[in-house]
Amino acid sequence: MSSYMGYIRKDGKIGSRNHVAVIPSVVCANEVVESIVHNTAMTQGIIHHQGCCQTPPDLERITDCLIKIGENPNVGAVLIVSLGCEGVDTDRLEREIRATGKPVERINIQELGGTSPSIQAGIDKAQQLVLQISGMQRTEVDLSTFVMGIKCGASDTTSGVASNPVIGYVADKVIEHGGTVIFGETTEFIGAEHILQRRAKDEFVASEIGRIVKEMEDRAKAIGVDMRKGQPTPGNIAGGLSTIEEKSLGAIVKSGTKTIDGVIGYTEAPKGPGLWIKDSPGREIELLSGMAVAGAQVILFSTGRGAPQGFPVVPVVKICGNPVTYDRMSNDMDINAGRIVTGEKSIEEVGDETFELLLRVASGEMNKGESIKYTKSMDFYCLGPVI
Amino acid sequence: MNEMVKAIRNHEDDNVATLFSTADAGTPVAVLDTKGESTIVTVLDDIPYGHKIALVPIGNGEQVTKYGEEIGIATQAIAVGAHVHIHNIDSIRGRGDWKQEEQA
Repeated sequence: MSSYMGYIRKDGKIGSRNHVAVIPSVVCANEVVESIVHNTAMTQGIIHHQGCCQTPPDLERITDCLIKIGENPNVGAVLIVSLGCEGVDTDRLEREIRATGKPVERINIQELGGTSPSIQAGIDKAQQLVLQISGMQRTEVDLSTFVMGIKCGASDTTSGVASNPVIGYVADKVIEHGGTVIFGETTEFIGAEHILQRRAKDEFVASEIGRIVKEMEDRAKAIGVDMRKGQPTPGNIAGGLSTIEEKSLGAIVKSGTKTIDGVIGYTEAPKGPGLWIKDSPGREIELLSGMAVAGAQVILFSTGRGAPQGFPVVPVVKICGNPVTYDRMSNDMDINAGRIVTGEKSIEEVGDETFELLLRVASGEMNKGESIKYTKSMDFYCLGPVI
Repeated sequence: MNEMVKAIRNHEDDNVATLFSTADAGTPVAVLDTKGESTIVTVLDDIPYGHKIALVPIGNGEQVTKYGEEIGIATQAIAVGAHVHIHNIDSIRGRGDWKQEEQA
């Protein structure tokens, strides 16, 4: 089986969901967005905390990120909620999303006379968009169109040996079918960047890997912190990790074994199929947003202690390596990779099971986080100060 | 289900495996590969949960391999079934101290 059922967008991309994204162009519009989303079906609010009183590069970055969220193929239509005086370029936001051929509407809170009239106008606009796209049908499409993001969080001893290798196995399969896989968390490359560089397509990509690790370290050093020092931590050592290479490889193993085709910035999308590194921090909310910005249709998320995060427009499928955590949090965890450490199942068996679930979720089956609406934890990664 | 202590070998080139139970010295452990095939190794030391054992003899200075990649080198000879950790392997990254020793 190498196909799934997706929504074919006008720009040729394939969606695994058909949401109306309600996008606040600035944090001040969040309250209006939440009320609109509460009162309409199929809508997802892109609740972030940026968009004003930031440095010009960060305002451009947020504008780019919001455009890319609107362009994500899981989004069928967009309602932009603007305050009216924000730093984000709301005209460009509207123009560039509209260029994908998706229906786009926009309201302005200050022009409409405040919060309450904007909520009413927003509900009316969102309703029109919902009615416009709700009849769209899924079509069988080849897996080569598929774009997957990868993440691990709330890791424990089982992550590097069970759940991350399962995701690595699935990543290899998606790439073998011609698809696209994106992994990030630049901070976790430290100590194993020489091993990642050996997997780079060419010398340029290898030098890019070295560059992003150095830049991430330099940012930490600039505030007087050395991220490499004291790694692995005493807790890691007590848990059985002997060297920094072992710690970093335990995270990197979720990227599988394929050649790394390129490095992309936080606001960028892969430039073709294959395996891509997104320069990004490790924290869930910024990383998941970075994957959605890159056009991910589904994100596979490995955990040991039990991270529950989801994302507004992209399903986040949880692979839990710890059997005790899986039993305790089975309403949040999609796949029990804890059966690997108990010896009940092999990495490949759980990998095949995960691959099948991935295709079902890509085709519309809800995962556990979506079914309980754990979908609001997001924000964007900025570089400069709030001013 | 077999109640024998389990260890996971993540790659066919690996010379270590990770235990998912504590094991007393002398306990036989089932080492599972990614396909679920198992081989038996008897541990020589008391091994904590999540720690590694050697699957083949590793000579002093030889590479220690996990995930098919190098995670460090042995700082002494390590026998099959021995505990592999910071007492007998070391990182080869960021070793400014080696350069100083060479110059001395």
